[in-house]
Amino acid sequence: MTAQLLELLSHPLGQMITALAAIMVFMAVNGMALQYAERKVAGFIQRRPGPYEVGPHGLLQPFADAGKLISKQLVAPLGADRLLFWIAPLVSVAPVVVCFLPIPFSPLLTGMNINLGLLLILAFSGLNTLALCLAGWGSNNKYSLLGAARAVAQSVAYEIPLLLSVLAVAFQVGSLDLAAIAASQTQGLLSWNVLVQPLAFIIFFISGIAETNRAPFDLPEAESELTAGFHTEYSGMCFGIFFLAEYSYMVVVCAVATALFLGGWDGPVFPGPWWFLAKTFALIFAMMWFRWTFPRVRFDQLLNICWKWLIPLGLANLVATAAIVKWVQ
Amino acid sequence: MSMKRLFQNIKGLWSLLVGLKVTGGELIKPWLTVHYPRQEVENLSSYRGHIELVPATDDPLTPRCIMCWKCVEICPSRCISLRMHATGEAGVAAADDPGLLLAPEVKSPYSAHLAPPPDKIERILDSYRLNYSLCSLCGLCVQICPVDAIRFSRNAYLVGTTRQSFELDLLARLKSQAASARGAAPTQPQGA
Repeated sequence: MTAQLLELLSHPLGQMITALAAIMVFMAVNGMALQYAERKVAGFIQRRPGPYEVGPHGLLQPFADAGKLISKQLVAPLGADRLLFWIAPLVSVAPVVVCFLPIPFSPLLTGMNINLGLLLILAFSGLNTLALCLAGWGSNNKYSLLGAARAVAQSVAYEIPLLLSVLAVAFQVGSLDLAAIAASQTQGLLSWNVLVQPLAFIIFFISGIAETNRAPFDLPEAESELTAGFHTEYSGMCFGIFFLAEYSYMVVVCAVATALFLGGWDGPVFPGPWWFLAKTFALIFAMMWFRWTFPRVRFDQLLNICWKWLIPLGLANLVATAAIVKWVQ
Repeated sequence: MSMKRLFQNIKGLWSLLVGLKVTGGELIKPWLTVHYPRQEVENLSSYRGHIELVPATDDPLTPRCIMCWKCVEICPSRCISLRMHATGEAGVAAADDPGLLLAPEVKSPYSAHLAPPPDKIERILDSYRLNYSLCSLCGLCVQICPVDAIRFSRNAYLVGTTRQSFELDLLARLKSQAASARGAAPTQPQGA
């Protein structure tokens, strides 16, 4: 019986289903933990305690919030395109589950070993733009529509420098397999790509923040001007799902950055997965730190940063990398 | 793009790091906020709560108020109401004429047909009520009071679930405060 079960699980399909189930659990726990962490970081930066009343140091606050979100009524606004309106949160959260599959938490702890993992993540994370667009269009609300328009313009623009920085690393290693890229950086701190390709790392991280719609690039959900942007009309768990997707995309971006630039699972004493998670969550902490430090950019500034700075720099970096790689060969 | 603007942009990048340093420094400093149910603010001296009556210098149980009605008249929200009565023989005589009772020194010289004003009318404040749910805390009553008989209280923790709980009897409050200051049991809870 056990042997049969193991055989079933070791089948690629069984392995994938197990991985997907584990990823969904991870995403739920991660969403709750990160929203608590975000509020605590926000609190501490503003010299206040953050959530404090529910449980010791507010530790049970995420559970209270989850209960509230799940139990709230779902309301579709009058005149909304109901199909698109209800499907948008699912379109937002479904690809992110797939994005976790090729992330190498350690050489063994990988959802699916495929040699095009990086491509898979980039392709599926692009679907989030579609979800925001559907949400904005389906809501029949001017704020949602403006938020969606901004989301599309922003995501389309920032995918280019993101790809350019990723390509530089892919050129250098000669692989699109995240595990192989991470494995190429296991010869100590100096072999980490953040030191070999510092510019690519900076471009990747900035573009990653913009792709996940995080402050200072949170224009699609700019509270002060668009109420909540594309998710203005979403209540209860539909909002919760967008929220979960946003935090999961943060983890994906930071995990990819860890695998590409920070040596993946490389580190002394502790087992690899712990190092991978520590680096990922350190980057997420940096994202939260940015959010509570920098004011939101204006939309023209946002696009200027991308088209006038990141894309030329990314291109130059890519050309230089290609030239050096060719020369070394 | 000129070189000058390029350098300006790079200087701008440096300012991002400065910002991160500022917020990162604040991150590890202790909290500044006060956790209300567990802690209370120590210094309420600048707090402007609802108004309260100032006791007379010689007797903490009686208010300094001379019942001139100015606070009632100036209040734009009409949230102050007070009742009083006069004592003594002169007071009983004056009670027939409410105008005389209020301001004998104003009314009598121009009211030849009336009896001459009594020498002294003892006026006793019966109640001084504030409807705090109407009050806008403009402070005009405190400003206009000729004898400084009204001041802002430091009652920062006034809580109630009904509108009636904000209809404050300030005279009773003064008396209960005086009583509790003497160490006796308060006759009426604060803010009631």
